[in-house]
Amino acid sequence: MRRVLLRPLARWRSSLQTRVVALTTALGMVVVLGVGTFLLDGIAEGLLEDRQRVAVADAARSAATAQSQFDAATSTSTPELEQLAGDVVSSLEGAGPDRVRSVLLLRTPQTAGGADPVTQPVVRDVTSPGLSADSVPAELRAAVRGSDVQQLQLVDLRDGSGAPSLVVGSTVTLPRAGQYELYLVYSLASEQATIGLVRATFIGGGLALVVLVGAVAWLVARTVVQPVRDAAGTAERLAAGHLDERMRVRGSDDLARLARGFNAMAAGLQEQIEQLEELSRLQRRFVSDVSHELRTPLTTIRMAGEVLHDARADFDPAVARSAELLMTQLERFDTLLSDLLEISRFDAGAAALEADPQDVRAIVHRVVDFTAQLAERRGSEVRVSEPHSPCTAEVDSRRIERVLRNLLGNAVEHGEARPIEVTVVCDEHAVAVGVRDHGVGLDPTQLPRVFDRFWRADPARARTTGGSGLGLAIALEDTRLHGGWLEVWGRPGRGCHFVLTLPRQAGRSLRASPLPVVPAGWREPVAALPAPVVPPAVGGGSGAP
Amino acid sequence: MLPRAGAPAGQTGGMKGRVLVVDDDTALAEMLQIVLKGEGFETTVCSDGDEALAAFRAARPDVVLLDLMLPGTDGMEVCRQIRAESGVPIVMLTAKSDTVDVVLGLEAGADDYVVKPFKPKELVARVRARLRASGERPPETLRIGDLVVDVAGHSVRRDGRSLPLTPLEFELLVTLARKPWQAFSRELLLEQVWGYRHAADTRLVNVHVQRLRSKIERDPEHPEIVVTVRGVGYRAGPL
Repeated sequence: MRRVLLRPLARWRSSLQTRVVALTTALGMVVVLGVGTFLLDGIAEGLLEDRQRVAVADAARSAATAQSQFDAATSTSTPELEQLAGDVVSSLEGAGPDRVRSVLLLRTPQTAGGADPVTQPVVRDVTSPGLSADSVPAELRAAVRGSDVQQLQLVDLRDGSGAPSLVVGSTVTLPRAGQYELYLVYSLASEQATIGLVRATFIGGGLALVVLVGAVAWLVARTVVQPVRDAAGTAERLAAGHLDERMRVRGSDDLARLARGFNAMAAGLQEQIEQLEELSRLQRRFVSDVSHELRTPLTTIRMAGEVLHDARADFDPAVARSAELLMTQLERFDTLLSDLLEISRFDAGAAALEADPQDVRAIVHRVVDFTAQLAERRGSEVRVSEPHSPCTAEVDSRRIERVLRNLLGNAVEHGEARPIEVTVVCDEHAVAVGVRDHGVGLDPTQLPRVFDRFWRADPARARTTGGSGLGLAIALEDTRLHGGWLEVWGRPGRGCHFVLTLPRQAGRSLRASPLPVVPAGWREPVAALPAPVVPPAVGGGSGAP
Repeated sequence: MLPRAGAPAGQTGGMKGRVLVVDDDTALAEMLQIVLKGEGFETTVCSDGDEALAAFRAARPDVVLLDLMLPGTDGMEVCRQIRAESGVPIVMLTAKSDTVDVVLGLEAGADDYVVKPFKPKELVARVRARLRASGERPPETLRIGDLVVDVAGHSVRRDGRSLPLTPLEFELLVTLARKPWQAFSRELLLEQVWGYRHAADTRLVNVHVQRLRSKIERDPEHPEIVVTVRGVGYRAGPL
């Protein structure tokens, strides 16, 4: 039922053409109905008036004729009068099947009641076939009796014709018998038939007109809407990346102008996009080439550095220290270069996911083991909480290991020697790993920038562990490649919480993370709201060494 | 003709072996020589892909270090040529760790690879791991499926017919065959066969298992000797 209602509604909303046609048809219907009703009323009224005028004149003439016939009568006996009355009536009603009027000659009841039957002969009512004294309404008879002039009324005689009749009444005086009422009944059947015909014609014509208007509207709308639809379709395909899509230009009208304008725009866009793509491709290529070209000499330099470094015991202190510096900076250069290369691979879309079902807990253990030395040096204890059953997910272990190593490395670096909590949680659809530190933390305004390339929370901060500044950017790309989420929460002086959420089946999209990024039990202190406005309050918390 | 599986072409008495460095970058080649000599290896250098095969035949090295990008005949081709004559361990030097390059190199017959810029210690560890694999072993005979593996003799036989395997493939098979009840993860195989202590590239395992299967399985599409254990890795079968 709903669908039956909804489908036209949806069509109404989605199709301009449907709307135009429906509106035009509805308006046409209203106009045709109004005009038709008005015309039909006018015609009916005119016909009735006309008929009435004719009837009144005819009735007056007939009454006069009847009166003169009665006046001219010589015989006065009752049977003779009755005979006369019958003759008069039948002469008035005319003969043949197309009788235009029926006649009634009725005795006035007063005459009947108060008269003396001996002196006044009683002429019985004379009526045309199918009529009786009851056919004439009482109020008309009263009006006729009470007046000298003609009275008329529309009466439904219920004679089977279904049409009303016009009854015109007047009085006649019969010799000796006194006053009688003469009624002439004019049937309006033919007028009724005419009006019926006219109405039928109107309805038929009106319907045809409405259909015609609808069809015209449909055609007009189509000629206008079709190019608009074409344009919309072309625009959609363009937006979907088919830059070669163009509209067909026909003639030189407004629609052709639309098409030409559209095509010019598309061509401009295509050129721009292709230029940008080419530029971007060249740039990516350049980054990749540079990184590759740098690798061979860097390998040589690095090996040379290592040889020098290994032999530094034989050098004098300044040279030995130089060899050490050379070595550490080479390491940093190396990290930077490989991160740069990794990013350029993501940018080029060359990164491929090689997902296998893996127990994420095992990866977490490997990463924790790997970072253990650094954590120990920094004085941070790493606590892992995880479920007892395996948290298997289809992941690229190399990438996920890299992501987690990065998160844990950051946590250790910024953890201020406080404990670091690593949480593994999984549900039916997703596995989440949270890395929470209680160190310097981040301002909420800094959070969106955390994953930016080469971004540092505090540029003045010593780069002690020598990260490339690309780690989190790469981690985010690795996560995206898995269709996962990498979320971050942080408060100055309260530490950070990074949550990596991965779908358990590769290619599935995530709807929710089993581990909320806002740490459990965290309550936003009321004072934290105005904090950004009062810098000392924030600085006091995070600036402590 | 391939020599007897895994037999080093001409091992000298000492622990150290001969290394052939095929690299067009003279500075890197020289540096490699310095480092390798420092570690006690004998080295020969070849800087042109076209001459690589001749240099290989002349030097009869125990390990080949091969740059993938070479002028003339490229590294993959050189790798294929050497592999056609010998099972000598080949370690690729590559500037790209991208999937395609590495996998192509491994499929061309390389046993292992190091990505530039590598640490000298890392390179030496790779070379040592490959030399160790082809070293001497106590006599031991393993049976797996219809194969008979003579560990000391570096040979694998089916119905008395010898199957030619490279030392690495042989090592992989022996590792699996020694514990047929155990499913080995790729990481574990990397550690035991390649000598990586931390997980490295599992593609190494995948490619070499494919190569091993193509040599020892009756139908490599339906392996019966090296069986995949879904979600874990590989296992020797049937039990």
